[in-house]
Amino acid sequence: MQTDERLPQLTAVEKPRWYRDVRVLRVIIQVVIVGGVVAIAAFFIGNMIANMQRLGISLGLDYLTQPAEFTIPGSDFERTGTRLEAVLVGVGNTFRIAIAGIFFATILGVLLGIARLSKNWLVSTGARLYVEFFRNIPVLVIIIFAYLVVFLEPRIFPRFENAREIGPFIIYVRGVFFPWYESQANFFPWVVIMLAGVVAGVFVSRWRERVSEKTGASALSLLWGLGTFLAFAVIGFFALGGPASLTIPGFEGQVVVGGIRVSPEYAALLISLVIYTASHIAEITRGSIQAVSKGQQEAATALALSSAQRIRYVILPQAFRVAIPPLANQYLNLTKNSSLAVAIAYYEVTKVTTDIIGNGGPAPQSFLVLMIIYLIISLIIAALSNVVNRRLALVER
Amino acid sequence: MTTTAKPPVRTTGPLKWLNDNVFRTWWDGIVTVVAGGLLLWLLGSFLSWVFTSAEWDIVRVNLVTFMVGRFPREELWRVGVALLILAFAGGLLLGMSLRLKPRVTALEALRTFAVRAWPVAILVVLLLILASSLSALVLVAGATLAFIIGRGGGYRLPQSRTRLGMVVGLLSPFAFVAVIAGFGGVGWNLWGGLLLTMLLAVGGIALSFPFGVMLALGRRSTLPAARWLSITYIEVIRGVPLITLLFMGFVMLTLFLPAGVSAPSLVIRGIVVLTIFTAAYVAEIVRGGLQSVPNGQVEAAHALGMSPIQTTFNIVLPQALTAVIPALVGQFISLFKDTSLVAIVGLLELLGVAQAITQQPAFAGQGLLLETLLFASLIFWVGSFTMSRESQRLEKRLGVGER
Repeated sequence: MQTDERLPQLTAVEKPRWYRDVRVLRVIIQVVIVGGVVAIAAFFIGNMIANMQRLGISLGLDYLTQPAEFTIPGSDFERTGTRLEAVLVGVGNTFRIAIAGIFFATILGVLLGIARLSKNWLVSTGARLYVEFFRNIPVLVIIIFAYLVVFLEPRIFPRFENAREIGPFIIYVRGVFFPWYESQANFFPWVVIMLAGVVAGVFVSRWRERVSEKTGASALSLLWGLGTFLAFAVIGFFALGGPASLTIPGFEGQVVVGGIRVSPEYAALLISLVIYTASHIAEITRGSIQAVSKGQQEAATALALSSAQRIRYVILPQAFRVAIPPLANQYLNLTKNSSLAVAIAYYEVTKVTTDIIGNGGPAPQSFLVLMIIYLIISLIIAALSNVVNRRLALVER
Repeated sequence: MTTTAKPPVRTTGPLKWLNDNVFRTWWDGIVTVVAGGLLLWLLGSFLSWVFTSAEWDIVRVNLVTFMVGRFPREELWRVGVALLILAFAGGLLLGMSLRLKPRVTALEALRTFAVRAWPVAILVVLLLILASSLSALVLVAGATLAFIIGRGGGYRLPQSRTRLGMVVGLLSPFAFVAVIAGFGGVGWNLWGGLLLTMLLAVGGIALSFPFGVMLALGRRSTLPAARWLSITYIEVIRGVPLITLLFMGFVMLTLFLPAGVSAPSLVIRGIVVLTIFTAAYVAEIVRGGLQSVPNGQVEAAHALGMSPIQTTFNIVLPQALTAVIPALVGQFISLFKDTSLVAIVGLLELLGVAQAITQQPAFAGQGLLLETLLFASLIFWVGSFTMSRESQRLEKRLGVGER
């Protein structure tokens, strides 16, 4: 057998020199990276500890148990309350703004997104103008505008003497007063009954859907579910002898009593976040609906589904699947943008933290706590979106 | 037997358009009337406010302040020269990008400009009207001329000199800063208004880019240490609002520096925080680009005997970065809007100027914030609207998502 002289002769595999060995290199590179990061962190944290000791700032977390020295408007929080309590009130306020904001922004955004796809030229143009305008200006400008220009404008929110009464609402410089419920005896059992009503409603609507699948009779599952819930709520209400009553705001001397007050800060922040986020949600809605392939719609029409059925059973479920990840991202953005309340002094958690620092609290620990709070909120939203995403994910065969 | 056919339904003309788009059904007609009435009422009351009751004096008097803040007025010529350089470089890059296309007449070029950059044109005309000064007119004319010259030069630049053109284009922002801040000029602590907004936005995105690419590579690395450090950084920064980071940068920075070292200026702190913040977002964008490069490319490079570093820099990154240019533009737009947050920590960029000038003795207590805020948002809107249009155009041209 002839061997080709041009081919190198095979020899035993040489062990590579250690500095060419991938396994060794991987370890070395990682040691260098970790060493570098640790060195930089050690430098800055070392400086921080030295500076804090020099300035006499304590390093622990015991500052949280000391009195806060400031009050939080719109809450029962007193100057003597601890800083920890202040932070918790702030977290509560952040949730109040975030949950309401997400709720209203979703409604407005979805409506605008559908309006953008309307065949009516005027409606789609109006929606497009809205979206293109608010998407392209900073949210902070909207917040400052809503608070300083609209809510502090005496012609819109007058002083107490000229307070406006529009139906059951009262509007003056301290905010907007709405009719609200007032809990009476047996309020808590009623809430429990209503929760049971929700569960029962879900079961009834599921049952109607199963019946509909078997017999072909129209399901009307939503109607049945709602009816069940209402029946629970109404029967419970009368059985417990009126556990809640309506209070309507009214004047009593120099104050407004009854109803519920929405402070100008809260309202301005809520409205601006809703306006801004809705413009983004509108784009997501439009994109997701357009992402449903045309063949699906045509197939639905070919199956003689009505246009409502087509939207409910064919388009929305598929559009929803596309929309979930960017929607969750917008919810997260809205929650993070609520921190811009510092500009208008609404006491959510960031504003509370800056006030704690302003009143002699240690900055590093306060910011660390703040960052951890936001990370937890982010994780909650991400986890929720993952759960929804997994439930809606396309099951591939 | 004769059959009679109905006359054909009208298929063109304004009536047909109305019938198709505004009055398709009776329900549609009601919606049209209500929505149209609402829109007309909003538009009408807004326009009548703009032209009758709004007091634009505060904007007119402070026009230069909106543009450059507290910048010393006797050094303004530097900003003018810097703008000429920028206009020339912009024209050069545009001309170079058009080289493979057939030559267009001046009229066609003007029409393209009108379609693509009408908000900018309107803003410039508005600024000229408000300024009503000769120097502003000369500046705009000069910048236009520099742009046209640059565009012509770029169009005629031979392919062999492409690298030169790119270098000139990429160096122009540095030249811009150098002309204003260097040669005995004005340090950026005195920059303000739109100038500061642009410095923060461009500086932030440019500095965060290499950092973000590194983090993206780290996140996809097979080395656990690099991966976990990158993931931690990206997720922590993305989970926290920008204003929190800004407060930390402005309140705590001195604590992190060794005793005796003086803290950097507010502008530097702003740029540093914006860079730290944006890097995490750039990293996620670049990661998307890296994932879009097919594995076959990497395998082919390995088969050709390229080292991992060569593969990354010559094969993977060029393809990944091309794919994410539109997303990076989007990130720049959001950074451009986010720079307004530095107003909260006391920097006088556009929004800061809009708030501060209402406190001037001549205008205090007159409730003119509405006018100044509207003017500032107009500038923000023109910038980010035009850029987002361009990024959509780019997306189509690059064919991202169609491969």
